[in-house]
Amino acid sequence: MVTSFFDQFSSPLFMGIPLMALALLLPWILLPTPSSRWLNNRLLTLQNWFLGMFTRQLLLPINHPGHKWALILASLMIFLLSLNLLGLLPYTFTPTTQLSINLGFAVPLWLATVLIGLRNQPNLSLAHLLPEGTPLLLIPILIIIETISLMIRPLALGVRLTANLTAGHLLIQLISTGLFVLLSLQPAVAILTGALLLMLSLLEVAVAIIQAYVFVLLLSLYLQENV
Amino acid sequence: MADRPVAIVEKRLMDVKLGELGTWLGGRDFTPNGIIASVRRGHDRYYNKYINVKKGGIGGVAMLLAGYVALSYFWEYDHLKHDRWRKYH
Repeated sequence: MVTSFFDQFSSPLFMGIPLMALALLLPWILLPTPSSRWLNNRLLTLQNWFLGMFTRQLLLPINHPGHKWALILASLMIFLLSLNLLGLLPYTFTPTTQLSINLGFAVPLWLATVLIGLRNQPNLSLAHLLPEGTPLLLIPILIIIETISLMIRPLALGVRLTANLTAGHLLIQLISTGLFVLLSLQPAVAILTGALLLMLSLLEVAVAIIQAYVFVLLLSLYLQENV
Repeated sequence: MADRPVAIVEKRLMDVKLGELGTWLGGRDFTPNGIIASVRRGHDRYYNKYINVKKGGIGGVAMLLAGYVALSYFWEYDHLKHDRWRKYH
């Protein structure tokens, strides 16, 4: 059977259920629901603290009508964060390496920001297509360019997340394969490779956190323009 | 001390005698609602024992994650068994 390094991104079936279903279900199991007690357990306290800090920080630049988006942006952030970090465990599946999932997050939310802007303040939304102070002759070209950049935003959001996570996972698999083979041949080089793998794993943890944050931040930026 | 008589179907699994197992299984609720209720009961038992405590440590979450890793391995075993001693990866 011919296998490639990309096989880790396939979602194998077990009794008809893909592994992606388990991977998508796990954040729901791991994150406790807030309770009405005065003093909660440590996990819940930690979660509430993080969500409160994050939501406050995210909604700072957005004006009042945009605060309706607080819930969906915060839950998106914690979902992406947990999906990315859980994917770093051995043998697990990361749904965010699939372009379908990321585009499924990006396109509806981006489209919602655009439609909100066009519906509530159409003049202002269309005015975003032309930066201030452009020379008269450049106006037609610039409008076309700005429209293209607007249309490309959901693609960029989805592909950015997919590419970052896929590349990270591939690198980890490649270097660990090399380490495994080198252990028997040249142990000294294997130690260097092991150090590289350790640093790469730390990088991947950082990338997992940062990419989730960037996704939500950019969405909030698009919201801020339009609301 | 004599235990209060409980109907077979309502006993916990560990209290059911081997001969009564068929009756017990036949009387349990396997409808979707019943399955969801049993999953919720199991989740509540785990949560209240390991996580919803005053000084919960990393053990509660770590056990869940270890179980998740083990379950993922089991889920994709058919795919992984080809990787074991292959010559070219």
